[in-house]
Amino acid sequence: MIDLSPLTIQSAREGLKNKKFTARELIEASIEAIKNRDKELNAFLEIFDDALAQADEADKKIKEGLDLPLLGIPFAIKDNILFEGHKATASSKILEGFISPTNSTVIQKLLDAGAIILGRTNCDEFAMGSSTETSAYGITKNPHDVSRVPGGSSGGSAVAVAAHMTIASLGSDTAGSIRQPAAFCGVVGFKPTYGRVSRSGLIAMTSSLDQIGPFTKTVADAEIIYEVIRGMDKMDSTTTAENTYPKQKEFNKTIGVPRAFFEGEGVSEVVKKNLEESIEKFKSLGYKVVDVDLPNISYSLAAYYILMPAEVSSNLARFDGVKYGLFVGGENGIDDYFKTRGMGFGREVRRRIILGTYVLSSGYYDAYYGSALKAKQIITNELRNAFNEVDLILTPTAPTPAFKFGEKATPLDMYLADIFTVPANISGCPSISLPSGFVKVGDVDLPLGIELTADLNREDNIFRASKEFLGE
Amino acid sequence: MLKLAQLARVGIDEKEAETLSNEFEAILNYVGQVKKISGDVVLGEAGQTREMFPHRNSLRDDIDAHESGIYTEKILKNTPSSDGKYVVVKKIL
Repeated sequence: MIDLSPLTIQSAREGLKNKKFTARELIEASIEAIKNRDKELNAFLEIFDDALAQADEADKKIKEGLDLPLLGIPFAIKDNILFEGHKATASSKILEGFISPTNSTVIQKLLDAGAIILGRTNCDEFAMGSSTETSAYGITKNPHDVSRVPGGSSGGSAVAVAAHMTIASLGSDTAGSIRQPAAFCGVVGFKPTYGRVSRSGLIAMTSSLDQIGPFTKTVADAEIIYEVIRGMDKMDSTTTAENTYPKQKEFNKTIGVPRAFFEGEGVSEVVKKNLEESIEKFKSLGYKVVDVDLPNISYSLAAYYILMPAEVSSNLARFDGVKYGLFVGGENGIDDYFKTRGMGFGREVRRRIILGTYVLSSGYYDAYYGSALKAKQIITNELRNAFNEVDLILTPTAPTPAFKFGEKATPLDMYLADIFTVPANISGCPSISLPSGFVKVGDVDLPLGIELTADLNREDNIFRASKEFLGE
Repeated sequence: MLKLAQLARVGIDEKEAETLSNEFEAILNYVGQVKKISGDVVLGEAGQTREMFPHRNSLRDDIDAHESGIYTEKILKNTPSSDGKYVVVKKIL
């Protein structure tokens, strides 16, 4: 049986091309690893029953001499991405039994590039959470310490890669839902520029912020996937072109650090120390590291917790017990809605829908939603101005290492886990989380992550510096 | 809170309404800080300024997006209740 742990997309493609193993053997190894490890971890909600058939199809193409960037590579997908003819539930009871009628654009692109879609992974319900604890289908555990969360919302996709049950996976990132679990699980997690990857077929949470991206073991792999899934799409009118945002400066190895942003309370000492070590590492690689002043960036999370529930309350209005999923009958038509949505949505989803209804109500709209839109613009301007001077902004990915199940007592405590990841969503900027070492807590080593954010459309800066940081 | 939940078309019980009230107080107190952000911006279309965000309302041509009926069966399969080519709902009038 093949051991998936040393395999990357690059090395697996070599192995397939050189006939060291077949795609079928690769998928069998994935399925075996899932059988062995996932009873405990619960990263996968389902292994698709056509996974081996897809592998045989890939082997046929390999035999014919086809060379596609992802041919024969196993992928796991977050449960909010549609794959035609397969279940997708966004880890919610309200979508139980839903079968995707079409392919999302990203899945179509992965399939066209030869990827094998192995199965769907657990996440926070409708991607609402930072720990994968809000899933209606049980919690997912961190492979480094099963008493801790894997992060979220794309926790299952992070664990699937970290525990070597697949080579790569897709997640979605609205406020850090790829980068934060990547940091907690010790893998690479990448959110592209808003608009560079089509969301057609992604179950929407916050349409002005949602973006799809990969989990991988290496930066090179993340780049391979990004090259496959990016591009304008007539099915998603928010997609933008490569040259939508004119280049502001040439890359000259300069990194900005917004110290005031993370020197306050709530950021663990081990995280701060790890960041200092990472700064030293960049310096030793020839980078100039300078302080940058971003006085308004700390408003990002507050703006997010207005914009997000507002859009959630409208996006999730479509779940009405009529078109798909769960139906719970009430006394009359409107009572059907109350019952279906009251029972079908979990607690966090109900909280956000109702909060969104509040911030959009006529008496409060300007004070909350209007202010948040203004903040979004001010923060974006501020970050883009900084990118006139620096190529990248460096922060920790999360304020702490992976926390324990149930540790975040209030919703607000949980929301603060996204403090460093959310500015990239508010501004639309591309951002990556890189493994940056481990910290010993008790007798386990927990991974830590650093985050690099670049100007809009400057994925090139991210890939370049990230590869140097990880020694690729 | 129950009224708000009703507007959101989400059924909750009184106990949840009470918990939510307390949670909302903390959340609104936190998010309310955005009102203090300083800086002048003029919001344009869809709440975004033109030079920073290239996104506009964009409409496709007013023609059939695809051949009529090709997705009917697949879409009906996902409905909780259907009859022939129709989705079944409760009588409204």
